[in-house]
Amino acid sequence: MTASAPAAPAIFDEMRAPDGAVRTAYARLAQWLEATPPELLARKRHEADMLFRRLGITFAVYGEGGDTERLIPFDVIPRVLTNPEWTALSEGLVQRVKALNAFLYDVYHDREIVRAGKIPAELIDANEQYRPEMIGVEVPGRIYTHIAGIDVVRVSADQFYVLEDNVRTPSGVSYMLENREAMMRLFPELFARNRVQPVGHYPDELLKSLRSLPPPSAKDKDEPTVVVMTPGAYNSAYFEHVFLAEQMGVELVEGQDMFVEDDKVYMRTVAGPRRVDVIYRRLDDAFLDPAAFRPDSALGVKGLFDAYRKGNVTLANAVGTGVADDKSVYPFVPDMVRFYLGEEPKLANVPTYSLRKPDDLKYALDHLPELVVKETHGSGGYGMLVGPKSTAAEIEAFRARILAKPEHYIAQPTLALSTCPTFVEEGVAPRHLDLRPYLLVGKEVKLVPGGLTRVALRKGSLVVNSSQGGGTKDTWVLEG
Amino acid sequence: MLSRAADSLYWMARYMERAENMARLLDVSYRMSLSSTDGDSEQMQWGPALVVAGCEAPFKATGKTADSRNVIEYLALDPRNPSSIRNSLGAARENARAMRTQITTEMWESLNSTWLEIRGLDYARLEERGLRAFFDWVKERSHLFRGVAYGTMPRDAAFRFVRAGTFLERGDSTARLLDVKYHVLLPTARDVGGAVDYYQWGALLRSVSAFQAYRRIYRDAIRPRRVAELLILRPDMPRSVAASLGELTRLLDELREQFGRNYRSAGLARAAFDRLRYAHIEEVFATGLHEFLTEIVDSNIAIGKAIAEDFGLPY
Repeated sequence: MTASAPAAPAIFDEMRAPDGAVRTAYARLAQWLEATPPELLARKRHEADMLFRRLGITFAVYGEGGDTERLIPFDVIPRVLTNPEWTALSEGLVQRVKALNAFLYDVYHDREIVRAGKIPAELIDANEQYRPEMIGVEVPGRIYTHIAGIDVVRVSADQFYVLEDNVRTPSGVSYMLENREAMMRLFPELFARNRVQPVGHYPDELLKSLRSLPPPSAKDKDEPTVVVMTPGAYNSAYFEHVFLAEQMGVELVEGQDMFVEDDKVYMRTVAGPRRVDVIYRRLDDAFLDPAAFRPDSALGVKGLFDAYRKGNVTLANAVGTGVADDKSVYPFVPDMVRFYLGEEPKLANVPTYSLRKPDDLKYALDHLPELVVKETHGSGGYGMLVGPKSTAAEIEAFRARILAKPEHYIAQPTLALSTCPTFVEEGVAPRHLDLRPYLLVGKEVKLVPGGLTRVALRKGSLVVNSSQGGGTKDTWVLEG
Repeated sequence: MLSRAADSLYWMARYMERAENMARLLDVSYRMSLSSTDGDSEQMQWGPALVVAGCEAPFKATGKTADSRNVIEYLALDPRNPSSIRNSLGAARENARAMRTQITTEMWESLNSTWLEIRGLDYARLEERGLRAFFDWVKERSHLFRGVAYGTMPRDAAFRFVRAGTFLERGDSTARLLDVKYHVLLPTARDVGGAVDYYQWGALLRSVSAFQAYRRIYRDAIRPRRVAELLILRPDMPRSVAASLGELTRLLDELREQFGRNYRSAGLARAAFDRLRYAHIEEVFATGLHEFLTEIVDSNIAIGKAIAEDFGLPY
């Protein structure tokens, strides 16, 4: 990417046009907001907090001392999309996840995309998430990422950008579901006035999707035995693991509950060993099987990887998907869409400078105050420079880090993330947002209309991560 | 159902019942200490509680004298004593936490708030609250736990493992509790049938909520044989050994039907239950009360082991 950065456009507010007119999606919500006093919003927010705490919907923050169990702040004002907006967005997401799956198959088979000169081989081979053990392994339906969370941001009425792909074990879908549940409890009248498409069937769709790709040797191909595998009660996303297992009505297992015999996976039940066909695993590749990966892992199951390789169990997601969602591979996703699907990408990437390229590096170093610089392997918004929000000293410190290892960084123009009215200390005010829709890939690709909207609660902040003062909102896709 | 889940549910219930029974043991010991004669040293009054709780040796290792304060603190609150009420309530909660999918939200909330309340309790605050009030609180939390389980859980395997844990623990505990009386009296064997004896048997009955039932059933002064009959052999007394084994037998039979398998534990429980059902109290005393109770305790241990084997419980 060598084109110059686009001029900073005006911030797009999703509720109001610059002239103050209310946009279609928010017509009814705006009326309601006007008629609702801040005291009522405050009371409802308090009720929501009580509800979430009672249900134990917390997340863990590490490295800051103090209480590690926290509530993600929940904003009671929903974020709204019209059906046409959603349809256009979801078509782009479906296309993207298909390309990512095709890429993963290719990575572990013939590497046609490398041979075609579209992606440098070292981006794959030098990637920490690349699993050479997966070369030549046939996975059911050639699907690698069964559950994907693709983060998008909006900058104008019809421009969405993909910020990043999460194709390993994306989390947060329980918040999408609980946020809706809370909103319906707190504001039933809002749902009577707005026709909001439901999201509550996500667990059913997830189960259907997982069941649609049984391993070749499964006994019952129509109703294979599905389990959710968790690292355990001390994992920061344990609540979500419990929630999803409960909602799907399947067992929540830990590594110690399973064993492998004759390359088949069984769980230990009170009625004796029971064959496991599909594992929705919520732990990283490295911990899955001490015989294949990290030998010190006490969380995995010995022999699981062999059972998997031999087609006796489906892992969702597959092993080795991380090679597709690394920030160094991200700039190539639009090329993947063209290469594998022969289509133009419907959903654009954020213009990205790969600092491993000398030209891009030079540009980035010259324009640091305007750019956002991210570590290619970083997550959670920590290894990140937001140029316009940083002091000269911070920029210089980061410059030194980039120069030490330029290949570890990418840079992007600072995006004017869209805003949406949010209930904060000063009252109802615009705050920046992103959106993580969840895609389910089985025999077909499905997604429920909505996702997890994250909101930066601090005025002017662009960082929406829950570990950095972000909150969440219910996400509405209207009917019609 | 995962074996680990069954294990967690079973131990969750056992620990809760254990906490309740420890409170009952402390309650009866406390009442007995109030009705004892001046000649008894504190050690003689509190020693038996330690023996029945199986905590005599570890308590001795603390180097403290077995007076009322030290024993109550050790058995109720000491975090270093694995059998203390505090640790039992903590273990019940940890087992629940490990298997949140298997229990109802109400069950989790009740266990969690019980733990949060006892977590920070020290002896000074316990005394301020009143010892009896504390024992009552523990019993109430256990009643609540059972009530919530009974009122909210589907009648499936999970429910049966919870109940099985409760009744195995209870039968064991009632047998041990009766044995306190044996340990209290045996050293001197004086005053049998005297006023002190009367108060002590009365305290024992009250500690298992059976005082009124005794009055109603026997319409008689408190006699040791009848107390023993009530607490060991009567299947209609909810805390008797026979009733606990009866419930356990029924639950294991249900599990056997549900999974279509034969379980050694079910056979052992039925044999133990039948033995009590057809026993006569004269026979018990002919064997010797202490010896009879010891047999029950041993048989309970064997049933517990068989349950672990039958269902592949990890511990």
